[in-house]
Amino acid sequence: MTEAAAVKPIVERQGALSWDSIPRRIVTVYVPLLLFIIVLLFPFYWMAITTFKPNNELYNYKDYNPFWVHSPTLQNVKKLLFDTDYPQWLMTTMGIAAAATCISIFASVLAAYAIQRLRFHGSNWVGLSIYLAYLVPPSILFIPLATMVFKLGLFDSPLALILTYPTFLIPFCTWLLIGYFKSIPYELEECALIDGATRLQILRRITLPLAVPGLISAGIFAFTLSWNEFIYALAFIQSSEKKTVPVAVLTQLVQGDDYQWGALMAGALFGSIPVALLYSFFVEYYVSSLTGAVKE
Amino acid sequence: MSENVILPGTTLAQPAAEAHPWRWSPPRNTWLVRLFDYRPFLAALCLFPAAALLLVFLTYPLGLGMWLAFTDTRIGRAGVYVGLENFESLWHDRIFWLAVTNTLFYTAVATVGKFGLGLWLALLLNNNIPFKSLIRAIVLVPWIVPTVLSAIAFWWIYDPQFSIISYVLRSAGLIDANIDFLGSPWNARLSLIAANIWRGIPFVAISLLAGLQTISPSLYEAAMLDGATPWQRFINVTLPMLMPVLSVVLTFSVLFTFTDFQLVYAITRGGPVNSTHLMATLAFQRGIPGGQLGEGAAIAVAMIPFLVAATLISYFGLARRKWQQGESND
Repeated sequence: MTEAAAVKPIVERQGALSWDSIPRRIVTVYVPLLLFIIVLLFPFYWMAITTFKPNNELYNYKDYNPFWVHSPTLQNVKKLLFDTDYPQWLMTTMGIAAAATCISIFASVLAAYAIQRLRFHGSNWVGLSIYLAYLVPPSILFIPLATMVFKLGLFDSPLALILTYPTFLIPFCTWLLIGYFKSIPYELEECALIDGATRLQILRRITLPLAVPGLISAGIFAFTLSWNEFIYALAFIQSSEKKTVPVAVLTQLVQGDDYQWGALMAGALFGSIPVALLYSFFVEYYVSSLTGAVKE
Repeated sequence: MSENVILPGTTLAQPAAEAHPWRWSPPRNTWLVRLFDYRPFLAALCLFPAAALLLVFLTYPLGLGMWLAFTDTRIGRAGVYVGLENFESLWHDRIFWLAVTNTLFYTAVATVGKFGLGLWLALLLNNNIPFKSLIRAIVLVPWIVPTVLSAIAFWWIYDPQFSIISYVLRSAGLIDANIDFLGSPWNARLSLIAANIWRGIPFVAISLLAGLQTISPSLYEAAMLDGATPWQRFINVTLPMLMPVLSVVLTFSVLFTFTDFQLVYAITRGGPVNSTHLMATLAFQRGIPGGQLGEGAAIAVAMIPFLVAATLISYFGLARRKWQQGESND
């Protein structure tokens, strides 16, 4: 750490030498960066602007500049909220995501604690198999899962999703939490052991309180992942009112060839906002745990 | 309460727990407490919820999927073992082979694009720039938002009549007629790849940025003292040091691009005329709406060899990484 701090000024001075002028820095750094940001954000801008456009502007690029709204309207939003089951879809999605997240965090905390702290014989193998479980993509599981869901009588029930989402949430959260538990000094637990605490007490009173930031980021990850999940929700749910937002927007708002682009964009926008908000509140945890998970 | 009052001189004779009555001491003597403190039992207990869920809803379906691939199961009817019949019919199925080549092409081009642009973005973000954390947060947005919803935005951007890209290019005088982004097979494939790259850049960039930040500045200093040009520094310092993170992120990216479903399903549904099907979307189309669960499962099983190859690459990438960092193998 001290070494890095000591050499930093040198590198910065050298950096100033290699980017010798401000115009050059603008061309090589700021302009490309600006282009990246514009391209990455444009679809969201387009989504938002389409949401608030009245129909005559939406399909008339000659008289109205398409990049701006001239007479904003809430018509599309009103249509979405009152003429469709959208509020219902939002509630269903939130409920499913919350339930799946709770189950997954509970299972992951215990599993990560067992693998990282109890260090039983073969814990490395269990850790590896959980890592491998994360690599099994839903695209090859949905067909056999669909037959299981049929047999269990869970077809068209939110329970089908609540039980299947942990298959990709648990490996991910466990992996993240193992990394987080590693960063908590083991000496704290040893002290507690010497003082006569049982292992469960250690988990409840020492490890978990220290792991709260890790739990929060795992929870946010899990929630956004279940919010974004598509293929299971598409395959296991049939009736309109039980669909999750991503599936419902695609299947219920698109009827025939007459696409209601305004309402469709409003649906996409309002389906994105909860996740984006949640994410923006916890962005620091998010980025640090993401990079932590990669560094692990 | 009066028994707990410790008289001077009696402290040494008292057991530790009673000498400090203010400290809560565990009831050590019941067999239940001892059982829960027995490490193998506790480990098994802690692993049980995760293991049960994963075995029932991940391992079992994985095996079941392989079994279904060898049966003629349909929706609502249990199938019988038919041997390699599903694979034989797929072998002569032109659409299946088109899906395989599409998937390989899609994965290859999208991965190259994502990593080229993502690495560039990571290098840009690694500079000393104002509003660094804000920019980093903004960059991640395409990755956070549900893929299907951003795919719908792309669908609208690729609209044959009202595409904003066509509008801009036509206003600039570069084209005369609107581009039919999703109407012809090659346009549709390239449009899908562009959307996939757009969605994949943030993850690659942020992960590689984390990798870049772990590279010790002293290495650059040493290289500069030796007179290395910026390009040489990038090739001989940045890339080798970034390799471990790069290999892991690459594996994940290849794996999830190869099995991609949402983007194609949302934008083209495999059309026009089945020309943009990936293996995952074809498996879905044959399996769920088509009802041919056995054939769908066979297509899904055909993806497994590719996934295993990608995982092995990841494993060796990880092994090399530990060696490079001089970590012990724990």
